[in-house]
Amino acid sequence: MKYPIELKNDKQDIYYFKLRLALCFGFVFLLFFILLIRLLYLQGIQKNHYQTLAEGNRISIVPITPNRGLILDRRGLVLAHNYPAYTLEITPNKVSNLSATIDELSKLVDIRPADRKNFARLMADSFRAESLSIRNHLTDTEVARFSAQRYRFPGVEVKARLFREYPHHEKFSHLIGYIGRINKSELEQLEEDELSNDYRGSGYIGKTGIEKNYENDLHGKAGIKRVEVDAGGREVRVLSNTPPTSGNNLILTIDAQLQEVAEQSFGNFRGALVAIDPTNGEILAFVSKPGYDPNLFIDGIDEQNWRDLNDSPDVPLNNRALRGQYSPGSTIKPFMALAGLHYNKRSPSYSIKDPGHFSLSGSAHRYRDWKKDGHGTVDLFKSIVVSCDTYYYGLANELGIDNIFNFFSRFGFGKKTGIDMEGEVSGLMPSQEWKRKRHNQQWYAGDTISVGIGQGYDLVTPLQLAYATAILANDGVAYRPHLLKEVQSVRVNERRFPKMDIEFNLNLNQDHLKLVKSAMVGVTQPGGTAARAGVGAPYTFAGKTGTAQVIGMKQGEHYIERKVQERYRDHAWFIAFAPADQPKIAMAVLVENGGHGSSVAAPIARKVLDHFLLNKAPQSAPAMHEAKGGAND
Amino acid sequence: MIRQRLWQRFIAHLDPTLLASLGILLLISLVVLYSASDGNWYRVLTHMTNILVACTALWVGANTPLHYLMRVAVPIYLLGLALLIAVGFFGEIANGARRWLNVGVTTIQPAELMRIAVPLMMAWYFEKCQVTLTLKNYCFAALLLLLPVTLIARQPDLGTAIMIAASGLYVLFLAGISWRIMLAIFVTFMASLPLVWSTLHDYQRHRIMMLIDPSQDALGRGYHTIQSTIAIGSGGIFGKGYLNGTQTHLDFLPERTTDFIFAVYSEEFGLIGNLVLLSLYLFVISRSFIITTHASTYFTRLMAGSITLTFCTYIFVNIGMVSGILPVVGVPLPLISYGGTSMVILLLCFGILMGIHKNKRIVQT
Repeated sequence: MKYPIELKNDKQDIYYFKLRLALCFGFVFLLFFILLIRLLYLQGIQKNHYQTLAEGNRISIVPITPNRGLILDRRGLVLAHNYPAYTLEITPNKVSNLSATIDELSKLVDIRPADRKNFARLMADSFRAESLSIRNHLTDTEVARFSAQRYRFPGVEVKARLFREYPHHEKFSHLIGYIGRINKSELEQLEEDELSNDYRGSGYIGKTGIEKNYENDLHGKAGIKRVEVDAGGREVRVLSNTPPTSGNNLILTIDAQLQEVAEQSFGNFRGALVAIDPTNGEILAFVSKPGYDPNLFIDGIDEQNWRDLNDSPDVPLNNRALRGQYSPGSTIKPFMALAGLHYNKRSPSYSIKDPGHFSLSGSAHRYRDWKKDGHGTVDLFKSIVVSCDTYYYGLANELGIDNIFNFFSRFGFGKKTGIDMEGEVSGLMPSQEWKRKRHNQQWYAGDTISVGIGQGYDLVTPLQLAYATAILANDGVAYRPHLLKEVQSVRVNERRFPKMDIEFNLNLNQDHLKLVKSAMVGVTQPGGTAARAGVGAPYTFAGKTGTAQVIGMKQGEHYIERKVQERYRDHAWFIAFAPADQPKIAMAVLVENGGHGSSVAAPIARKVLDHFLLNKAPQSAPAMHEAKGGAND
Repeated sequence: MIRQRLWQRFIAHLDPTLLASLGILLLISLVVLYSASDGNWYRVLTHMTNILVACTALWVGANTPLHYLMRVAVPIYLLGLALLIAVGFFGEIANGARRWLNVGVTTIQPAELMRIAVPLMMAWYFEKCQVTLTLKNYCFAALLLLLPVTLIARQPDLGTAIMIAASGLYVLFLAGISWRIMLAIFVTFMASLPLVWSTLHDYQRHRIMMLIDPSQDALGRGYHTIQSTIAIGSGGIFGKGYLNGTQTHLDFLPERTTDFIFAVYSEEFGLIGNLVLLSLYLFVISRSFIITTHASTYFTRLMAGSITLTFCTYIFVNIGMVSGILPVVGVPLPLISYGGTSMVILLLCFGILMGIHKNKRIVQT
């Protein structure tokens, strides 16, 4: 029968069952113990670590970019401003698969290969885990399309950012300069100056011109916002907020209308014009032609445009007014005349008979006058009016290079003017010592003679020549040329002016000055070299023409403009100041390959003077809108 | 008098100790769910409805006569199997898995039904053949287990498949399978691991890899574990306070009303709260073990043992995965997680457990 077996089995079964159950219970206890250990570890021992991680999840520190200051001309016309636009930005460390995300984005928003390239460059340059722009200037449609799909793209955001814009494009390019992305070396510099905190989240810095020189004023300080964010990166609430400090607005000494007139007067010529108020050193116009569009540089210039600008024979990126070095030509004759009077080598009444050439005693070499047959009897007054070379050959020889060097150095030749713009070059005022050092040669008397008519080793920048002219116009009292008129702090409504003390006073003999100035007035009168430019001027204006040779002429060879290729034609100079008795403006005009100073450069000066002194607007008045105060937006 | 009698009959099959501890846990679940759902009353009300339905199931389970339970074992199992096959053909796909079956009024997860059908079927089978248990019987029982587990794993729903496999293995173990066979099975299992690995879905492999190093994909697959670990750890000893969990309320925690609800609780109530919760669980488990030891028949012993051990496994696997010591498999925290079907099945199981307890003497005589 089964019965007894079953009973026995049952008892045994129950025993084994309970044994196994006890084993299970023990095992469950062990599992719970493991859980307990784990929870003790997480919540007891590692508590601080995980609390830090949770805070890091929760709190996000957002830098707030300060508004960059505006740049205005002396009348309040805006030369550089900011405008808001939408950008599409990616925070790379919040996105797992970057290229796939960008591919997806490109279905919603137009992303060109150039944008990707730009983004890759930003990635390489980015120094913090910050959001980087993949597309700027989104259209409203694109913003709407992305916003609808936003949940699909964690770590991608549309942000409203302020963009820099230069509304006048080429016109003030060399003056204003531009801003661009901060590069590695600039970042290192900022960190060294302990300014990197001010630049959190901005990413742009002034690269050239005013933008660079007054970077500290224009940039302002970044603010910081601590916000609580949710997992999607959306802001839940603001925990603390340090507002940014906006950059200061700059008011320049530049007269935009005057600059406009000057630029237009150049037509298609290349060249430079610097106009200074001699009574205080304010620069009224600062032209370098051709210019370029600074807007191209803000977010990194593309290859095509860069090649166009960089390879152009016109060298539009070269700031000619600041960095162009040219032979001064005859424009230095008024200064030579002053030197002659100063060192008593010439008296006002002393005159020479000009045969049309000059030779050193014991030498057959003929230094030719520009007028083949000479100017007849020439005294100091006439030497300037007709620009007699022979007169100055003799004078230079008698003065000697040491006197010339000393006297010209006082007018700032061969030295930086100290203008508030970076990159200025010093030109060249040669001396015996210089030649020894530079060419390892002794100074020859012939060198001095070339310097005497501005065709020797000496080189000037348009700015330098304008500065020297201003000193002359202001009777030897010099003010440092400068571009900044006023700094306006938007937040505290404070205004700051740069110092405008007299830089130095040459203490020249007033009679000498009067004579030279009257001779310069004669230049624009009938009989003078710039007589045509002076016709009908309702004010007296003083000037001096000049021609800087681009190619040397052999002995006995003649320069015929028509025959020379345009690029090898002489550069035309004209310096001027007006009104002659109480100068309000002094300037230097350079026209590259313009030929004679009288024919090209002097008319430009006349137009600028007319505008400045008579407020006679040019015929095709440019439609320039006046800025509404110093609005910072 | 009559009313009192009726009431006594009504509660006669319920176990007050177990019922009270289950009640406290369910209360906790309501409180936590309110926080986890960001104060969503609709969610909380739905959960309450689920609990009510589940309590009915508990009562039904407790009052079902055991012989009746044995009688329905085979039909339920076959029904469950049929539904699983139907899911394979007509199931609705959600989150890349075919788990739900639309039956007109609602969608159901047949796999959940198998959670009770498999141990029931196996316990019934062992009861039937208990006199002459041979290796052949164990093999057939194993087949009864493997069939639904394979179907569920293919859906794919690794979490449920593992849990059902576990509940069946407990039955096998408690049925008295010899240690030698278990060792053989274990060795075979270990040897077949590479084969299993090759049949796993990519996301399943990924989850296992994530356990080894969650940070290698911090925003992808590892995100769940990292964020829940942070939530638990940052809760500290006393917790951040009710409704103050930053990980919870700023959306960092995924699946926080269902599988990851333990992280919500831990963040807000800290280590102290966890000790309370684990103690409650342990209390329920202890009570269940006592009921199991007192069970009278082979069938009820196996059934009660499987229910108890499966309950423990759910708790361990869920807390283990949320606290980052086990891979992420979709396993809810019993009695706490939001979810109707699993709640109903769970309380039905506890009802059966209570019924077993009340019937111990009746059957013994």
